[in-house]
Amino acid sequence: MIDFTLPALGADMTEGKLLEWKVKPGDAVRRGQVVAVVDTSKAAVDVEIWQDGTVAQLLVRPGETVPVGTPMARLLAPGELPVARSRVSPAARQRAATLGIALESIAGSGPEGAVTLEDVERTAAAAATPAAAVASVPAGTGVGKVADMRAAIGAAMSRSKREIPHYYLAESVPMRRAQEWLETFNAGRPLPERLLMAVLPIKAVALALRKFPELNGFYRNGAFEAGKGIHVGVAIALRQGGLVAPALHDAADKPLAVIMQELSDLVQRARSASLRSSELADATVTVTNLGDQGVESVFGVIYPPQVALVGLGRVSLRPWAEEGVVRAVPVMQATLSADHRVSDGHRGALFLNEVRERLQHPETL
Amino acid sequence: MRTDPLYAQVIAVLQAIAPEVEAEDLVPGEPLRRQVDLDSMDWLNFLIGLHRAFQVDIPESDYARLVTLDDVADYLQKKTGSGTTRSG
Repeated sequence: MIDFTLPALGADMTEGKLLEWKVKPGDAVRRGQVVAVVDTSKAAVDVEIWQDGTVAQLLVRPGETVPVGTPMARLLAPGELPVARSRVSPAARQRAATLGIALESIAGSGPEGAVTLEDVERTAAAAATPAAAVASVPAGTGVGKVADMRAAIGAAMSRSKREIPHYYLAESVPMRRAQEWLETFNAGRPLPERLLMAVLPIKAVALALRKFPELNGFYRNGAFEAGKGIHVGVAIALRQGGLVAPALHDAADKPLAVIMQELSDLVQRARSASLRSSELADATVTVTNLGDQGVESVFGVIYPPQVALVGLGRVSLRPWAEEGVVRAVPVMQATLSADHRVSDGHRGALFLNEVRERLQHPETL
Repeated sequence: MRTDPLYAQVIAVLQAIAPEVEAEDLVPGEPLRRQVDLDSMDWLNFLIGLHRAFQVDIPESDYARLVTLDDVADYLQKKTGSGTTRSG
């Protein structure tokens, strides 16, 4: 038997409310499959399961709020046989057959683990989805939701400022080549295939991180754990206030067009509150872009347990000396906030230089 | 406030991107992005929405001309030819 527990979908999550089960006892599940929808303070999240198996029993009912780590369902591992249970009351056996519930999937509460009628009814109720109740809770909207999210962000950022010794670096990045390359790229393409400038620095950051693993990962239990992939969390402001930073998985390995497509999809789903659990839990670094309509530079607060955050500012024309001549050149400020327990300013500086250099060769991104 | 059908269709596309927008709060002659909080992704999605609704291509070199809702409506009017969008 495997317990499927409520995962922490980010440092600021302590509990979640089950909105809906997407599976029922007896269903075979595959790793990565969405099995439940859970409401966190930020959004309704499609929660994925992280092992193959067969659902034996659902332990939490839709509408219940439980702490992170609570077993939500029991699974049989692949090849695992259900425990034979001889003791089943006749009424329970009949009821289970009527409802189509496998008896092996029911935890018995009677004498010697016997399955009672009540156990059958409880299992059936847990599997049922009260559609009306779910529909009446539009996640991610409303005043209470905004206040909850503000509190969650506050808690995560307080922890960050309390525990993480941040250091901050900034670098001006000339963006003329990137802009020219992007104009040419977009000129021959219909609107839905065009790229936004925002995807170039995301890719540049992801590629640069390959050389600086100490900026990509987590600080947990007093030690650094390098990220298993380069999953760039992209900070997305929500229209009703607040933000989320879902992960763009394996960003260094993806072409710009794919990053664009996924970013567009993430923004849309973040705002309609339908992110997946892996997107909320997996980011190994965060990129925040406040250049849009925004400011020249941003020095961000690291999202724990991550160890670095890259801030991108507005691309604007600046006087720039190049080859002995001063020209008006589009320039962007890139900043790094990083965890001094894991890296030093010297390595951080080399990293920002690498990002800058990458952006001088947009055709290689 | 403008009431022509083409303008109404532009507003409908905008509201798909920014659901909080109320048509009567918008000033057609003022820069749109000063009235509605649209980042570059929203802006691109707005243009993609117009592209789909009006079946017009909008080259990137034209973006700079599309500042106000009047600009957008006039641009689409010219691109589509008057009267052809009323069926939508």
